Amino acid sequence: MGNSLIYLTLLAYFGATGLWLGFFLAQRENLCLGGVWLLGTGLVFHTLELISRTWAAGYLPVATFGQALLVSAWALVAAFLFLYWRFPIKVLGALTAPLAALMVSGTLILHPEHGAVSPMLQSLWLTFHIILALLGNAALTLAFLGGIFYLVQERQLKQKKFGFFYRRLPSLEQLDGLNYWCLTIGFPLLTAGIISGSLYAQYTLGSFWNWDPKEILTLIAWLIYAVLLHERLTVGWRGRRAALLAICGFLVLVATFVGANLWFGGYHSFASFLTQP
Amino acid sequence: MNLVLLGLNHKTAPVALREKLAGLVTDVAGTYADLKARPELQELVLYSTCNRVEVLCATETPEDALRRLRDFFSHLPEASLDELDKSLYTHQDRDAVQHLFRVAASLDSLVVGEPQILGQIKEAYRQATDHRATGPILNRLLHKTFSVAKRVRRETGIGDYAVNISYAAVTLGRKIFGSLAGKTAVLVGAGEMAELAVEHLKGDGVGRIIIANRTLERGLELAQRFGGEAVSLEELPDQLLFADIIISSTGSPQYLLTRDQVKGVMRRRKHKPLFFIDIAVPRDLDPAINDLDNVYLYNIDDLKEVVEINWQRRHQEAVKAERLVAEETLKFLDWLETLAVYPTIISLKEKADRICEAELDKTLKQLGPLTEEQRQALEVLTHSISQKLIHDPILFLKGNQHPERPTQSLDLVRRLFNLDPDREAGAAEEE
Repeated sequence: MGNSLIYLTLLAYFGATGLWLGFFLAQRENLCLGGVWLLGTGLVFHTLELISRTWAAGYLPVATFGQALLVSAWALVAAFLFLYWRFPIKVLGALTAPLAALMVSGTLILHPEHGAVSPMLQSLWLTFHIILALLGNAALTLAFLGGIFYLVQERQLKQKKFGFFYRRLPSLEQLDGLNYWCLTIGFPLLTAGIISGSLYAQYTLGSFWNWDPKEILTLIAWLIYAVLLHERLTVGWRGRRAALLAICGFLVLVATFVGANLWFGGYHSFASFLTQP
Repeated sequence: MNLVLLGLNHKTAPVALREKLAGLVTDVAGTYADLKARPELQELVLYSTCNRVEVLCATETPEDALRRLRDFFSHLPEASLDELDKSLYTHQDRDAVQHLFRVAASLDSLVVGEPQILGQIKEAYRQATDHRATGPILNRLLHKTFSVAKRVRRETGIGDYAVNISYAAVTLGRKIFGSLAGKTAVLVGAGEMAELAVEHLKGDGVGRIIIANRTLERGLELAQRFGGEAVSLEELPDQLLFADIIISSTGSPQYLLTRDQVKGVMRRRKHKPLFFIDIAVPRDLDPAINDLDNVYLYNIDDLKEVVEINWQRRHQEAVKAERLVAEETLKFLDWLETLAVYPTIISLKEKADRICEAELDKTLKQLGPLTEEQRQALEVLTHSISQKLIHDPILFLKGNQHPERPTQSLDLVRRLFNLDPDREAGAAEEE
């Protein structure tokens, strides 16, 4: 099958992006519905692509940045569609679809590096760790996107200047609900990702926690989300503050995902996953 | 078939004249009975609102129909002919269709985009059908009108922007709370605008209404009217704990609530959003309240500005709506034109059937006794030959309507097949 599946995925995601942007501008319901279906179709191709890659390699391939992006994009779309099913905030697709399309493009643009993959990555337990962490990231990404919408909408209501976005964005209550919902799903997943990783580290490296840059940054992100969730539940933090914290948390997560891999080194970095032949 | 519309509206006639004519239409049964008796008015709908009185009819003789309708209006003892002539407008065919679409889509309304007009026309149509005044053309036209009006509403933002202050407050509330269902509103003081706002809020599903008034008596009276509870003004800060929307309109010279008071309450109510609407002058609420997180304060000027901007937006949307109306008008006229060919198609088919039957009779007599099967075979043969022969002329009629000269091909076919033997060739246009 070669690469055709990944191109089909990309095509579907870009198509969905077009439909959703059209929906955002023209506010026609059927465009949004088309976007959902196209994104769903893309997810099917995407899943098949990941299965075929996993089948060929014998394990979930996440050894390069490009490969990790592909799995992250899959988690994002899956999380979005799940969210949409339970909590339909239509405009969110206008940010999610292009983001997913760009991530898959990234996979195609980044040159695949070849080399022997470290045996540490070939374990089923590690696949489990990665999927949990990436699904958690995906849910928290949606909280971030919702947070951006919240800040835009809140600013318009506070300043009493109603621009282009006012009509097109949902109510503050809905956006805040999205924040909470994503947090209650994303935070446990992130936590489970950290725990499964640390158990695997104990098993392979002999210690639960190694103060690797990725581990430190993830811990910071986790603390931010923990504070947010705690304050939400006890004091009733919500609205702007919750949106801002979700955005901060997400920025740290991006630094974790991109920065730690590319610049900081450590055993979580992609450079360490491959040994040059 | 032609369409003729005659009427007057808020732009052409003063309210005194509109009132008189509206009074005429209140006797619906009499009016329809009177107008239906006229042969030149084949189908008929009349509607009147406080801003317009219009009669629409389908007719073969538009001049006669117009004269008849004008007579009918001027027949009234109250209206002077002179006054009427200045106010009445007439529209025919394309313009009549477009006018009706514009009226139903609320493009011709005093308040552009107001939603009531569609319901009023629906009701008028119901009355017309009750009195059996409509026929195939107006039935189709009115149903099309309803769908056009709905399409305009759906595809343009003409009704989306609140253009009165109390409704603007409700739409803001929706953007904050999503749904107003089950929310609690506190009305501080009372006044016409505040009461109107409460009506709107109730219409949107607000669950509980609390009235805080300086005099408890008046408060109780309002509470009874809105199905709410009355409290004294001193209890207001405590009531903030349960409230979601606060509408304030007292004559108090000082602020009733300050920023610090609201700030203290926010912590206790776990930062649930609060929406303040201050329609009092001088203001009842400290403007700094708006700086608090999850608190939104709008005063009368803010709301006026929202309404002002919304007016402009509505007029922008109306441009889009006009385009939709023009498009739908053309579609309807297309249908109306195809309608004109049906009598010709029918007489063509009748003529073919007549010939078949006559020839079949002749042949059967000559052939003598036949089996049932043979007889049927002959019937099928003649029938299918004639059908195939007229198939293409029918397609030609349906498809070849020249937009400028719609009757030309019709005329041609009628002459070609000699469908009007009594009339002189060329004079025949329609049945």
